[in-house]
Amino acid sequence: MDKQSNKAWLYLMPAILFLGVFMVYPLIDVFIYSLEEGYNSASQTSFGVGAYNFSYVLHDPYFLQAVKNTFILVIITVPVSTGLALLISVGLASIKPLRELYQTVFFLPYVTNTLAVGLVFMILFKKTPYTDGLINLIINFFGGSSIDFIDGPYWAKMLVLCVYTVWVVMPFKILILTSALASVNQDYYNAARVDGTSKLRIFTKITLPMISPMLFYLIITGFIGAFKAYSDAVALFGTNLNAAEMNTIVGYVYDMLYGTGGGYPSYASSAAIILFAIVLTITCINLIVSKKHVHYSR
Amino acid sequence: MRKNIVSKAIVYTLLSVWALIVLFPFYWMVLTSFKSYGAYNTEYIPQFITLSPTVQNYIDAFTAVPLAKYFTNTIIFTVATTAIMLVVIIPAAFAFARLNFKGKNILFTLFLSLMMIPNELVIITNYVTVTNLELRNTFTGLILPSVTSVFYIYLLKENFSQIPDNLYYAAKVDGTSDFRYLMRVMIPICRPTIVTVTILKVIECWNSYVWPRLITDNAAYYLVSNGIQEIRENGFGRENVPAMMAAVVVISVPLIVLFLIFRKKIMAGVARGGTKG
Amino acid sequence: MKVYLENLTKKFPSRDKKSKEVIAVNDFTFEIPDGKLIGLLGPSGCGKSTALNLICGLQKPTSGKIYFGDDDVTDLAPEKRGVGLVFQNYALYPHLTVRQNIIFPLENLKGKDKLSKAQMNEKALEIAKLVQIDQLMDRKPSELSGGQQQRVAIARALVKMPRVLLLDEPLSNLDARLRLQTREEIKRIQQKTGITTVFVTHDQEEAMSISDMIVVMKDGVLQQIGKPQDVYDDPINLFVAKFLGTPPINVFDGEVRGGKLYVGNDCIMDADTYDRKVYVGIRPEGFVLDANGPLHCKLGRVEVMGRDISVVSENEHAHAVVRSIISAENKLDLASDEVRFSVKPFKVDVFDKETEMRIHLGGANG
Repeated sequence: MDKQSNKAWLYLMPAILFLGVFMVYPLIDVFIYSLEEGYNSASQTSFGVGAYNFSYVLHDPYFLQAVKNTFILVIITVPVSTGLALLISVGLASIKPLRELYQTVFFLPYVTNTLAVGLVFMILFKKTPYTDGLINLIINFFGGSSIDFIDGPYWAKMLVLCVYTVWVVMPFKILILTSALASVNQDYYNAARVDGTSKLRIFTKITLPMISPMLFYLIITGFIGAFKAYSDAVALFGTNLNAAEMNTIVGYVYDMLYGTGGGYPSYASSAAIILFAIVLTITCINLIVSKKHVHYSR
Repeated sequence: MRKNIVSKAIVYTLLSVWALIVLFPFYWMVLTSFKSYGAYNTEYIPQFITLSPTVQNYIDAFTAVPLAKYFTNTIIFTVATTAIMLVVIIPAAFAFARLNFKGKNILFTLFLSLMMIPNELVIITNYVTVTNLELRNTFTGLILPSVTSVFYIYLLKENFSQIPDNLYYAAKVDGTSDFRYLMRVMIPICRPTIVTVTILKVIECWNSYVWPRLITDNAAYYLVSNGIQEIRENGFGRENVPAMMAAVVVISVPLIVLFLIFRKKIMAGVARGGTKG
Repeated sequence: MKVYLENLTKKFPSRDKKSKEVIAVNDFTFEIPDGKLIGLLGPSGCGKSTALNLICGLQKPTSGKIYFGDDDVTDLAPEKRGVGLVFQNYALYPHLTVRQNIIFPLENLKGKDKLSKAQMNEKALEIAKLVQIDQLMDRKPSELSGGQQQRVAIARALVKMPRVLLLDEPLSNLDARLRLQTREEIKRIQQKTGITTVFVTHDQEEAMSISDMIVVMKDGVLQQIGKPQDVYDDPINLFVAKFLGTPPINVFDGEVRGGKLYVGNDCIMDADTYDRKVYVGIRPEGFVLDANGPLHCKLGRVEVMGRDISVVSENEHAHAVVRSIISAENKLDLASDEVRFSVKPFKVDVFDKETEMRIHLGGANG
């Protein structure tokens, strides 16, 4: 028995080692960083211990801008993408011919490089001296006037960011909902049809409750994912997100750590912890709300 | 019957519109990548087809910027990270699924609780650690923090646990060592899951941006994501959109090909618990 | 190779603080003679599989010893004991072909025992011929029927020529027809190889039909060992009597009074023992239709089984249903309400009401 114990630890050694160095230790360290006031990464010294870093971050206009951006992004993209994905999945479930083709196409964005395709979106939306860009031409066609979505007004930039974010997160949601819909036992539908239940009633009374655990899972992961938005913004607006007023909380963390405004791991840590606290709170609220509305079969 | 046809038509229209939204950026990038620099800049109204396609942009993408270098870097990074990860997670999953040892349940619970820790929280210290070890701008620094995944250990452990105990006992009666049992029985039986994990990790590596950006500032170690950002901000002298698009196509093609080959596996794998990023 | 178990005991610690520890195998001592086929028999949960695991070494006994021949193997790892084990669900490696499955144990051999590829193939083919699956060598287990999988499992267990072959519920995953066929097959293979074989089953018919000896267990305690017919005819206690035989033995509340054995109000035979309350067990085939017989029953129904007929009737005073099997040649008056039986004395077993142990009546047994 003891021999097997030793063997087991040997098998686990690499994983424990890597997780210890790159996950457990950093996790503890980030809290230490966040409390060390005036930490200087060059001299590796700090003045003292306290909550100053948090206070600094919370009063930093860039951070507040990032929080505002992130919240707007979350509030818009999570419901829009989940609702749209539900609509598309229900549509997919109701057809037979071409279904696989559509599924394949819809999944494509998942396997593409966010940065690379973001560049394409930028081109489509950007207004340059040479061209107003394709999207503006469409707006013009319907009688609107051109807007610079990339360097223009705040709401326009936010709109592009939301559009791109939805585009990026849709494949995952469609996939999950499609498989959830497929796993609903066909007998329920047949039973309901025999009873003459209307399609809408079947959807709200049978389909939705049956897939509610998965739907809820998507909402939670959607919230978490949207709160961690960063590379989508970089893809559209470049690395200097503060200047573009398009920074996100995660972006703020990295900017504090590295780059032109970087070198402040303490501020970065405080911001990261604040983000973690926000995500945790939202997830808890989600869990409480779901208790009332999610139907678990088991 | 008529109502049925109308509703079907609405469904197909909806799906086709979304398919168009998904596909259009891809079409646009391929299209633009074949337009000549001059032609592109004179099109105030962008043309939806090009009558004089050119491969000059692709030549530029490989000569004017070190795209080939980014590409090789990414391949090295992806292959090494994925390979090391498999070597790390397979024995760990095996130990959790098959071996008995003191503290197994506590350790496994600890492992699971690590799944909740967001990357953003630990990346700060990792950045400092790697910097202090003077591993910036090295493959070691790029690779090491990404070689374990608690989630994949969990996924694999669950799969290993599904193998009936009797196979293990049968092997034991025949004097099979644990290691041989792992290699000859467990890994072959769980190959589908291992393949899935591998593919998901490859996708993740290929698209990783944040960590490489933090850890590399020397273009000789850029991965494709950073490369594309570099190209966008400093490449090709002036804004050469067609050349940029050529680079984007080159970067996107490998994963799309991989996806089309392993379509079913990837979709099933992601449905079982992949998330973006 | 004879196998000897000495005071073998296996206790499992309790799952939680409230429940007691479980004694799966309680102080076993018996000898399995060389070259015999032994059926380890008992209801589910009686510890028979644990006993098997102790013999093959997958579990370590809490106390006691196991000998193969004169070797003490108690502390040896399974692979050092030279045992072959066939699992209930066969435990074939699903990703390997039949040939690879059979060769698998041989590939574990090290040092001087190491075999070349050709030798392995030769051995595998030889054993495959013995169990008649040599035509299926390149198939995967999923492409085989249940019976064929069973043979592959046996071949894999035999390929190293074990000193002892162990089979855990070998027939329970087969359908009824295959079961009959396969149990003959197991008997044939055992006789051909002469390997001491122990198999575990909960099916008494299966155990009785092919075993040289059966071992009956209950709640971790050994009840009786012996040749199948001996155990059937001469059960040591009520449990063994009830466990063996289909249809099962009829059990009545009875009484010994003044040297006579009573069932209800009917005195069915002489009983050479002191007066007490007893259980009377009468095998279904122990009844004889007899117009003047001592046992009065109300006729229930008659089930025709071809060669025999089964008569279900009721003895009102004993409040007991009587299931008897009599030859179809007997003429039965179906119009009559009453049926009367006499009994064959050697088919009657009497058990003490308190201890449920068998009371041997003088001269009653054949």
